[in-house]
Amino acid sequence: MNSCSELKRYPLKKIIASFFVISSVLSPLVWAKQVNLYSARKEALIKPLLDKFTEETGISVNLVTGKADNLITRLAKEGKYSPADLLLTTDVGRLYRAKQQGLTQMVSLTDAVASVPSNFRDSQGHWIGLSMRARPIMVSSEKFDTSAIKNIEDLIKPEWKGRICIRSSNNIYNQSMIASLISQLGVEQTEIWVNNLVRNFARPPQGGDRDQIKAVASGQCDVAIANTYYLAGMLTSDDETTRAQAQKIKVVWPNQSDRGAHINISGVALAKHAPNAKAASKLIDFLLKAQSQQWYAMTNHEYPILPNIAWSDVLENFGDFKMEQVPLVQLGELNAEAVKVMDRAGWK
Amino acid sequence: MSQSQWKNPWTWWIGIGCLILAMPTGLVFASFIYPQFDVWQHLFNTVLSDYVFNSLCLAFGVGALVILIGTPLAWCISRYDFVGRKYLQWLVLLPMSMPAYIVAYTYTGILDFAGPLQTWLRSQFDWKYGDYYFPEIRSLGGATLMLALVLYPYVYLLARTAFIDQPRNLEETAKSLGISSLRYWFKVVFPLARPAILMGMALAMMEAFADYGTVQYFGISTFTTGIFRTWFGLNNGMAAAQLAAVLTGFVILLLFVEHFSRRKTSYYFQGQVTKTNQRKRLNKGANILVFILCFTPVLLGFLLPFMQLMSWAVDTFQEQFTQGFLVLVWNSFYLASIASISAVSIALLFAYGKRLNHSKLIQVLVGMVSLGYAVPGTVIAIGALISLSWLDLRLNEVTEGLYNTSVGLVLSGSLFSLILVYSSRFLAVALHNVETGLARIKPSMDDAARSLGYKPIHILKAVHIPLLKTSVLSALLLVFVDVLKELPATLILRPFNFNTLSIKTFELASDERLSDAALPALSIVLVGILPVVLLTKIMDRAVHE
Repeated sequence: MNSCSELKRYPLKKIIASFFVISSVLSPLVWAKQVNLYSARKEALIKPLLDKFTEETGISVNLVTGKADNLITRLAKEGKYSPADLLLTTDVGRLYRAKQQGLTQMVSLTDAVASVPSNFRDSQGHWIGLSMRARPIMVSSEKFDTSAIKNIEDLIKPEWKGRICIRSSNNIYNQSMIASLISQLGVEQTEIWVNNLVRNFARPPQGGDRDQIKAVASGQCDVAIANTYYLAGMLTSDDETTRAQAQKIKVVWPNQSDRGAHINISGVALAKHAPNAKAASKLIDFLLKAQSQQWYAMTNHEYPILPNIAWSDVLENFGDFKMEQVPLVQLGELNAEAVKVMDRAGWK
Repeated sequence: MSQSQWKNPWTWWIGIGCLILAMPTGLVFASFIYPQFDVWQHLFNTVLSDYVFNSLCLAFGVGALVILIGTPLAWCISRYDFVGRKYLQWLVLLPMSMPAYIVAYTYTGILDFAGPLQTWLRSQFDWKYGDYYFPEIRSLGGATLMLALVLYPYVYLLARTAFIDQPRNLEETAKSLGISSLRYWFKVVFPLARPAILMGMALAMMEAFADYGTVQYFGISTFTTGIFRTWFGLNNGMAAAQLAAVLTGFVILLLFVEHFSRRKTSYYFQGQVTKTNQRKRLNKGANILVFILCFTPVLLGFLLPFMQLMSWAVDTFQEQFTQGFLVLVWNSFYLASIASISAVSIALLFAYGKRLNHSKLIQVLVGMVSLGYAVPGTVIAIGALISLSWLDLRLNEVTEGLYNTSVGLVLSGSLFSLILVYSSRFLAVALHNVETGLARIKPSMDDAARSLGYKPIHILKAVHIPLLKTSVLSALLLVFVDVLKELPATLILRPFNFNTLSIKTFELASDERLSDAALPALSIVLVGILPVVLLTKIMDRAVHE
């Protein structure tokens, strides 16, 4: 306390300190019942749900959106004074990373949380899955018989040379997909697959998932790998051209007789120093309610994390599928390894 | 350094200011304390050569292009009278208000294989993929062009001021000596304007080095994409910071070269009096030619992307234009205003201090702060986050000791951090403009005023501010527009429930909803036009006076 007694001798410091205390006490953030949310999910894809939550419970939700990694960095640097209660991300690798850095704590195990299949939540309850995404193969239905592709292993055959479109390996969905392959096949087998896949690329990776779908629709390539909700979003777009392009595409679920198709989840973690942990827990429960789960499925065409929730018509049309059974934390653990494999293969 | 310099309050003020502003960038270099041999080995074996090659090609390509576009433009507009000149002189500034990645999105929308142009060509001639050649927009060349199209105004602005200031009697003298106008241009005009042109080029190149949005979308591996890949993909923040430091190293080199080339031609303009601004009238053929020359950059850098955005925005207007949208416009506007005023005030202080005080220390410190412009926004933002949250922690310890209450994150979690980062990142722009302006004021004017017993602050008021007005205004404008467009730092540091136009644009665009992103993107452009028009008016008046 030496430094403090010293402080009292300096009135300027005291004035500055008092200024901050007064202004912070007056700030509305301190008074209201609230939850503070760091969200990697875009505002448009979460705000309507949060508004409904506030309407039902009277708890207001403060929101900052951003890229998951940046939000995690912010959380880490802010330390014990961080105002954040919850961290929402759109892939499991980032939830794993936040937990790994000691930024999270256990979420209280409510009925709602317990209803989430155990594969979709952290074994110690630090994070909970909220929705599921699938990354299948997409082909042009006009051009050829889709039965030519059964497994992703088929894509590395020489006959597919110059016919495959996929986005850059900078993208987390590709990193997670390769990490998941490493987990199931080992580094060596995965490396062989990646090397050969890169050899079959139709063009240097560019653009986002929608761009790959469009490239297939316009005939620049024959096969793309993309997340289903991008295709679903195109199918339900207001723009006629976009809809027409999407209608040419057929979804092929790979590896249905063995491993299953690649999936990832979006989820939420409770911040270690959450100032409003109770209210945060209420928000998690709310996000797992049937009506919220339905909202994801209908608005952004993601698969609900809970069984027995209706899918959107578009998703129904893509068909039911068998999914990978990889422990999801592996996607996070093997992420760096996956990036190195892709670097070595020259996957831009 | 001599004893007296330590006593000079300027040295202290500027020193402290520089240290605060250089803090975020400085942390990047501190990363070398923890060498990361494994990762560097991996990078060296695989992707590092791509990063170096692509970053250098991009920056130098952009540098060359902005000179090729900006210099003739500035010359024509400052020296000739031609059809539409009155409007073109500010129209050519408009591309500046376009974020490069938005221009990239719109051009990809038009020129991509699946886009309307190529689809039309295919249906017209019954071509298929591979039947015909079409330049690939998503390439290194494409990215260079996109960046140059929105960055050439830097050269234009600086070169124009330089051309206007060139005394006419030189030209008359040259003519009377029988020197051809082409020869005169390369022997006199260009060398005299060279410092300004090179400065514009350096700014454009720094921005090209730091660009993330465009290269990311085009799938080009550069240092910036590599920084994020290393940081988040390989999960190694230290190695990422080291990559950022290497990138900054390139820029230091660039600035050194620029500085060196300027030092050889250290001079101050002599004649304010002989300056007349009779513009030459052009005959019909030349008239059209010059018009086309000046209109093309506007067409490509502004009108085409603008029209594409408009057509998208019309479709989505009702959905996107809500009350919340007006809040975004206001947030963007006032944030950019505060930041530009703050950055320009600091720049004035620094530039002036540097001029009064020739100490090497100050020169180096001010130089260091300007480096912020080349460091990717995300890196500076994280640097600010680290340093400010550390300060917050100390502050909380103090308040807990005094009042037994913690105040939370008052610095790192508020707009303060954003203003600091903007000032740090865009100070180079403000400083370059102010320094170009200061270079036009002869030191003998200072000496005369000081010998008459005026204090430096009075000289600033009576002599410098009136003469500096144009430069200060263009500095204000450039920073304003830059802040308006700024994305990565805003994304990381903004407080709760605070969004801006660029954030909204990014969120929608990165969700691949380009048509929904069109309205906020358009608004960035429209808010940015306001000061552009204002500035041109004032610049014009300054010339006529």
